[in-house]
Amino acid sequence: MWINRHKKLRDAGVLGINERNVSYISRYNQRQNFPLVDNKLQTKKAAVAVNLPVPELLGVIESPAQLKALPTMLRHHQRFVIKPARGSGGKGILVITQRSDEQFFKPSGTALTFADIRHYVSNILSGVYSLGGKPDVAFVEALVEGDPVLGKYAHEGLPDIRIIVFQGFPVMAMLRCPTSDSDGKANLHQGAVGVGLDIARGTALKAVQKDKVVTHHPDTDVKFSDLVIPNWRKLLELAGHCHDFTELGYLGCDIVLDQQRGPLILEVNARPGLFIQVACGIGLRTRLQKIESLARKDWHVDERIDLTLSHFSNSPDSSGPESNDTSL
Amino acid sequence: MSSRAQVYLLALVFISSGIGLTLYKHLSLNFPLSPGSLTRVWEVEAKVTFWATQDAITVDLALPRSQDTYPIIDETFAASGYGFDIRSEGEQRRALWTRREASGQQTLYYKLKIARQASSSIPIEPLQVSQIPDKLIWTPAQEATANTLISQAHALSADPSSFASQLLKLLNEHESVEGSHSLNDPHQGVSHANLALQLLTRAGVGSHIVRGISLADRVHNEAASELLELYDGQNWKIIDPLTAAFGLPADFFIWQRGGDSLLEIEGGRGSKIRFSLIANDLPAKNVALMHVQEPNSTLVDFNIYSLPVEKQAVFKLLLLVPIGALVVVLFRVFVGIRTSGTFMPVLIAMAFMQTTLLTGVGLLTTLVVVGLWIRSYLSQLDLLMVSRIAAVLIVVVLLMAALSVISYKLGLEQMLNMTFFPMVILAWTIERLSITWEEDGAHEVAIQGLGSLTVAIVAYLAMTNTLVGHLTYNFPELLLAILGIILLLGQYSGYRLNELFRFHSAVES
Repeated sequence: MWINRHKKLRDAGVLGINERNVSYISRYNQRQNFPLVDNKLQTKKAAVAVNLPVPELLGVIESPAQLKALPTMLRHHQRFVIKPARGSGGKGILVITQRSDEQFFKPSGTALTFADIRHYVSNILSGVYSLGGKPDVAFVEALVEGDPVLGKYAHEGLPDIRIIVFQGFPVMAMLRCPTSDSDGKANLHQGAVGVGLDIARGTALKAVQKDKVVTHHPDTDVKFSDLVIPNWRKLLELAGHCHDFTELGYLGCDIVLDQQRGPLILEVNARPGLFIQVACGIGLRTRLQKIESLARKDWHVDERIDLTLSHFSNSPDSSGPESNDTSL
Repeated sequence: MSSRAQVYLLALVFISSGIGLTLYKHLSLNFPLSPGSLTRVWEVEAKVTFWATQDAITVDLALPRSQDTYPIIDETFAASGYGFDIRSEGEQRRALWTRREASGQQTLYYKLKIARQASSSIPIEPLQVSQIPDKLIWTPAQEATANTLISQAHALSADPSSFASQLLKLLNEHESVEGSHSLNDPHQGVSHANLALQLLTRAGVGSHIVRGISLADRVHNEAASELLELYDGQNWKIIDPLTAAFGLPADFFIWQRGGDSLLEIEGGRGSKIRFSLIANDLPAKNVALMHVQEPNSTLVDFNIYSLPVEKQAVFKLLLLVPIGALVVVLFRVFVGIRTSGTFMPVLIAMAFMQTTLLTGVGLLTTLVVVGLWIRSYLSQLDLLMVSRIAAVLIVVVLLMAALSVISYKLGLEQMLNMTFFPMVILAWTIERLSITWEEDGAHEVAIQGLGSLTVAIVAYLAMTNTLVGHLTYNFPELLLAILGIILLLGQYSGYRLNELFRFHSAVES
């Protein structure tokens, strides 16, 4: 049975963690480029430097002494997010959606006092959420006002779009929809729904929650098959640009849709997970090898998007997209 | 060269040198691959006694040489008041004790340890035909008898071997007859072998005496046995002068081949040499070690055995760490099991080795559960993280102290070894698990906790395996092979076992 499963996965071109680590991350991602993406604050600053849209930065707290400045920093903000710069796997993110004087409310309605927030930030600073427990930096950013187009696909939190970018070519995408199980977080192993997207169109392929295929959002009961991400090419361009400013060959780019500002880069991941293959029902290897086989190296971002659009579509009208692309 | 090729090359070099060195130590230096094999070792004590005649004393004793079948693994000399020296004269090694003056009975000791090695043949190296020993002074009648025996044997034989065999039989017949003219001088009393040697020499057959001892357990004060060795034109052959049987008897340790005498003493009289033997069955490894102490084997010189014994025990444990690391790598690369802290399970496994498995698992679970409970209370107190972890650490220590006292009172001795638990690591693990609990829920804590425990138990089983312990301790070079394997595993790009299930729904539609 195991041999059989192994063969099926191999035939479908599903990438395993070992292969991802050995053949892609360690080969295409230079170690020196990791710190930039492992530190969300630095990623944000680097993205801003090349005029890429990101959520607005409200303030940074680098040391316990600066905790005193926290009330001033938050004085005019009703809705904000506190994040550890080096948090991994979405850990340590505090979302405040409402405020009344000294009371802060999480999306779930839980009230926090100012002292709670102080304590939370001091935890971030001492490295509770960072890898290896290294001292960290906390930053506050404006809460993204989610685009109502996607709002119905989320419970409490904000859905985000993960795009895998290989050598600058967007190769696979999925929408991550928070559920009540995931406590408003777009974290798949906590129970968020992963909706595989057609990389050429931004339409839904399949939706998976905790290894089970679902057709409707478990909380909002909205059908996933009708999903279309607006402005899809713009998202692909942002993802393509992530390759240029991070210099990572293999990355996962997380994008959210803001009601006013449109797509914003939330963060970049140098070791993106592989569950996206389950959400899309497609193996990554075929697409990655396709790009590896390209002779030309200096592609402009627009050319890369064009190639993605023409070669990696899943839509039924283009017959066998993975096999008939012999033109290159 | 691509990094992949480098890895393969390095792995090849490491694995082959690791296994090669191991095989070399096994085949050439006789290090056993399994812990159980025993080697028989004889302790031979040669006791020389004589009466000093108040002159300058020189005691000259022939010493045995290391042989393929019976290598000498240790030798000691004991004689108070004597100067001591070892001389090599060609094939011979002789011990020389000297003293200006002494009176009364003197006793000198020479002790050696020999091990039996499995050796297919008993090679007898060519030897110079030794000089003819002093002739016995025979009466004309004895001369005539000797000549008769020689000519009779000559007539009944075809070659030097059969001649010697016939001659010895005739001699034995002749000597056994009462009242006949014995060839032996009743006053001088030479040995039977010496007598036979005289006849063979007289007949022109190159021969000499081989002295040695029959190896048997618990033998006291036995004289050396004498055999004859004769040259048949091509080979040296050993023959027993009493039975006229060819070949070396079983369990015979050759002390001296050829040469004048076993023992020569100046300044003493009534000298005697007697042998006592004890047999021991020792672990083959110890024997191999004793054996290589003498030939300069740098491989053994630069290893753990050159450390003091108590330090060796520490290394015995340290050398097992790579085994634990290998288990962790296997579990993570092939199975994809999640643990809290990559190599924490190895440390836990080492602690288990001190506490035994069941007690260890019980203790660890208790400590972590109580730790998590305390940590959950501490998290309400809004402490800084470092203080909080330190507080958990102190509680863990207190808990361990309390458990130690209780278990001691209850007579559960192995619980006392719980101090081997890596406390700081444990405190950190508790902190991490507690955060995991808050962030990802109890389910994830259970997965990581059980994952760590599973890996720790497997690592423990691997590290406590007698064969594994024996191999890592005696063949540390095998760690190179493990290094090579781990390098190869670092290149493994196949699926992990859990991915077969995790990604299954990607292909099932």
